[in-house]
Amino acid sequence: MSDTPSITRDDVASLARLARIDLAPDTLDHYAEQLAQILGAVAQVSEVAADDIPPMSHPLPLVNVFREDVVRPGLSNAEALSGAPSVESDRFRVPRILDEE
Amino acid sequence: MSITTPEAVLTYDEVMANFDPVLGLEVHVELGTNTKMFCGCPTEFGADPNTQVCPTCLGLPGSLPVVNAVAVESAIRIGLALNCSIAEWCRFARKNYFYPDMPKNFQTSQYDEPICFEGYLDVEVETDEGMRTFRVEIERAHMEEDTGKTSHQGGATGRIHGADYSLVDYNRAGIPLIEIVTKPVAGTGKYAPQVAKAYVAALRELLRGLGVSDVKMEQGSLRCDANISLRRSPSDPLGTRTETKNVNSLRSVERAIRYEMTRQAAVLQSGAKVTQETRHWHEDTGVTTSGREKSDAEDYRYFPEPDLVPIAPSREWVEELRAALPENPAVRRARVQSSWGISDFDMAAVVNSGALDLVEATVAEGADQAAARKWWLSELARTANERGVELIDLPITPADVARVEALVVAGTLNDKIARQVIEGVLAGEGSPDDVVAGRGLGVVSDDGPLLAAIDEALAASPDVAEKIRSGKVAAAGAIVGAVMKSTRGQADAGRVRALLLERLGVAE
Repeated sequence: MSDTPSITRDDVASLARLARIDLAPDTLDHYAEQLAQILGAVAQVSEVAADDIPPMSHPLPLVNVFREDVVRPGLSNAEALSGAPSVESDRFRVPRILDEE
Repeated sequence: MSITTPEAVLTYDEVMANFDPVLGLEVHVELGTNTKMFCGCPTEFGADPNTQVCPTCLGLPGSLPVVNAVAVESAIRIGLALNCSIAEWCRFARKNYFYPDMPKNFQTSQYDEPICFEGYLDVEVETDEGMRTFRVEIERAHMEEDTGKTSHQGGATGRIHGADYSLVDYNRAGIPLIEIVTKPVAGTGKYAPQVAKAYVAALRELLRGLGVSDVKMEQGSLRCDANISLRRSPSDPLGTRTETKNVNSLRSVERAIRYEMTRQAAVLQSGAKVTQETRHWHEDTGVTTSGREKSDAEDYRYFPEPDLVPIAPSREWVEELRAALPENPAVRRARVQSSWGISDFDMAAVVNSGALDLVEATVAEGADQAAARKWWLSELARTANERGVELIDLPITPADVARVEALVVAGTLNDKIARQVIEGVLAGEGSPDDVVAGRGLGVVSDDGPLLAAIDEALAASPDVAEKIRSGKVAAAGAIVGAVMKSTRGQADAGRVRALLLERLGVAE
């Protein structure tokens, strides 16, 4: 990863679509440039990281944090649905799925 | 149900004359843990909607997941039973997508660091040359969480397309799942559908033996996605595959793959290309229909889950779990087969119909192995097939079957009445003894009523009686038949015949 990372206008458009972020077409170049700068900054880390330093995904030196398989009280149906914009038959009612393309 | 025009298919022989199939199977197993993968919500099947939920599995802000220890242990045990290596260190990953079956907008899964990898499962399939073992190589088995259940409302078909809106129940969201993925399975030739079925059957048996899941396909605790591709020759690169979902029984696994092979072959023979896509299997019509096309919408942007620390199973723990594994199914099959003294073919019939546990339990309840096999593989298998359920889900226990068989052996029931008793148990009329009492069944073993029935039958057919008296013993069948009819089948035919001949003073 020592090459300068690049990100194109098309990459930004694709990522925006995957993340369901509605970006105006005339902002794509702007974000591509900003994201490239961020990637460049992050890439500096790889200049320091030697082969003997394992990649880190978590700041805590912990593994195997487990929970016993014991039931704990959760929410009632009413509590669970209390924040839902629309409810029917004790379930969350959501708009029709797919067809978005 | 499906309203699409039927697609062209070739015959299976035409497929095999022109193509070589390659399989790939993805099986999702819901673990039978008390609680979900990352929270303490219960996992009971069939609870009222959205009553087994909490802030974590609803993805509410501020909630944090914590891994279920038993789920990890189960994953390792499954991996060991499948001859896999167990990762020394692995992480969870977020699989990002927008679909309301996951309220978090991602599913916590594993990506490039599965907990189990590189294993195999040997399965037996009957071929023209006898039983043959096929080795199905396992690519990986990883941990993830199940999704919520969506039901599509409005629209004509109850399917996604044409639905006006959907209702979501998150009781299932977060239940621990193990996804077991095979490597491409080549070299099966025309036996591809049977190999797939045998693999799922063997996997189910193995999982049941481990006690990690109730493996009920019709309730969705064992789900199979079947990948299949065709190529002109085994030396060609892999063809474009399709992934068929909604394959919810062993029988469907075989049928769906066979259908998809005939459909793909027709596409390829017409000069077109197979579209890489998800297809849906329709049990009722026996066809698959196109689901969504695989596209960049399926770029899940996986990244390591920041809310969970890595899992690093110590080698001591892994070895402890390995040492405590139950008997390997292959070893067990060999042991059972030799103790019953039956052929490879008969044994495979038991295993592939998912009846091994049931037959073994019936034998343990005192029934003869041949009788136990006969009941489970004929009468009961037929009923299960008719009802579209697995044998184990029929409302009859091995003890019930053993009891019926014991009554047959004791001469209380003949075969025909025994089948009625089985039928009664299946209809919910109680235990075999309850059914016998309730329906007034039972073989007439008291000679008095039998002799009366014989006399009556003889009086009704004096000419036949005369024939028998003159030595034409073959004519006895007519009288025996009449007696069986008048006793509504509740007599032992052998006894009737003996009494009849005795009555007429004729030797057999």
